[in-house]
Amino acid sequence: MTPFLQVKNLQHIYSTGTPFEHVALEDVSFSVERGEFIGIIGHTGSGKSTLVQHLNGLLKPTAGSVILDGKDIWSDKALTRQCRFKVGLVFQYPEYQLFEETVYKDIAFGPKNMGLDNAEIDRRVRKAAGFVGISEQQLESSPFDLSGGQKRRVAIAGVIAMEPEILILDEPTAGLDPESREEILQNIDAYRKAQNATVMMVSHSMSDVARITQRLLVMNGSHLVMDGTPAEIFNRAQELTDMGLDIPEVTRVFLRLRQMGMDVPNVYTVSDAAQVLFSMKGGRIDA
Amino acid sequence: MLKDITLGQYFPGNSPIHRLDPRTKLIWLIGYIVALFTAGNWASYLVVFLFLAFVVALSTIPLKSILTGLKPLVFILIFTGVLNVFFTTGEKPLIAFGVIRIYREGIIRAVFMMARIFMLICGTFLLTYTTSPISLTDGLESLLSPLKKLRLPVHELSMMMCIALRFIPTLIEETDKIMSAQKARGADFESGKLMQRVKALIPILVPLFISAFRRADELATAMECRCYQGGDGRTKMKLLRYKLLDFKAFLLLVVLICAVILLRVFGL
Repeated sequence: MTPFLQVKNLQHIYSTGTPFEHVALEDVSFSVERGEFIGIIGHTGSGKSTLVQHLNGLLKPTAGSVILDGKDIWSDKALTRQCRFKVGLVFQYPEYQLFEETVYKDIAFGPKNMGLDNAEIDRRVRKAAGFVGISEQQLESSPFDLSGGQKRRVAIAGVIAMEPEILILDEPTAGLDPESREEILQNIDAYRKAQNATVMMVSHSMSDVARITQRLLVMNGSHLVMDGTPAEIFNRAQELTDMGLDIPEVTRVFLRLRQMGMDVPNVYTVSDAAQVLFSMKGGRIDA
Repeated sequence: MLKDITLGQYFPGNSPIHRLDPRTKLIWLIGYIVALFTAGNWASYLVVFLFLAFVVALSTIPLKSILTGLKPLVFILIFTGVLNVFFTTGEKPLIAFGVIRIYREGIIRAVFMMARIFMLICGTFLLTYTTSPISLTDGLESLLSPLKKLRLPVHELSMMMCIALRFIPTLIEETDKIMSAQKARGADFESGKLMQRVKALIPILVPLFISAFRRADELATAMECRCYQGGDGRTKMKLLRYKLLDFKAFLLLVVLICAVILLRVFGL
């Protein structure tokens, strides 16, 4: 069976033929199935943002191909536009792209562009607002009167309202307070479960991706260098540190414990760590 | 992509042209324009063109970038040419068709005007391609500083220009980002009737204006935090000094202007 989304030998070079020529992606290949929650990590400038803009056809690869549902998204023009609705992309700091008079209208922008009828648009807007926790009252207010965290939710809802089969978010929690971060991550996961959608999330927070994703892609110097479960990836802590990447704090603590001669396994989430510690003391966790 | 707009962009490099003092380059540009507008016959145009070609070769800017920068101005070039062909009168029409009369003089004039505009644009492009906005405004401020005696706010003007130039690439980048984001939501900027296309710009313009105002506000705060209060008593990190290279450039400029004037006077 062909994978849902397949990326083959992707290469992207910016500003070819000028002094600013820059290779952003080189020979990147992977495939994605429905319902996966994937984290993309990597240093600033490693090509993460360039990569995600290829997945919905915003950037055209200089070599290689992106295959969605068995069809190359660049094979015809209508298909490229269609794939923007199937693969929803939320940019960094999406709140700066709000423009409508009311929150409702802004969320409706995407579905309207899809050419849906008003009843369907209304249903989708309310559903998307529900996913991200925007109340009925807020739907009628101006997006510019909201707080930073709420604006972010509205912007994410604007993409969710298109009901994409793959939802890609570029650092959705950057610059938010811990509570909002957690809520937004939960909202995204709720969407994934409800729609059996794939979620890909670019993030710099290792503890977030360790906790919430099932698979990690690691980018370094425009190459895809690792692809595996968080456990597999964080087991290679040394390599990650060499790339200038972090590992979750709790993983670091446990590594240090091992170096000090204690017999502990590798863990990468706080709840796993708690379990290990309790079992070492011979107890168990009360749920 | 918007990013490929090269108008007014700086191409970093280390050619002799890049190393010239910005004041030299500004004076050169003025002198060059004077020469260009003094030129009136084939020979003098050829001389100016050779000088331009020489400077382009020295600058190591790829010819392709200069030509892509010219693309948006092709319309003006053609428009000027056509206007001159049709509206110049001479002695004997080459073609007479109803009200349309094309004279030999008209064609020659059109060619001259197009060559003039082309070389004018190339010259100014070379200045912005080889001079960073900051050194450009530095040079301008230094050249205009005598006007301070007339109580003209020279420093403030050049600071404003510097900020404006500095933010062109930032705003282009921002526009690019907002366009991508709205495209990701299915916005269509490429098809539809004129009114639809104009309407399609709203989702770009509103966020762009908001972010421009936000940036202006942040910049003002940042400048105030560093006690910026205008030009009085301000010193420069990079002092402008004329070097040997600059004197050579001035010499060349004098040669150029003299050559053009001589060719014009003696009408070779």
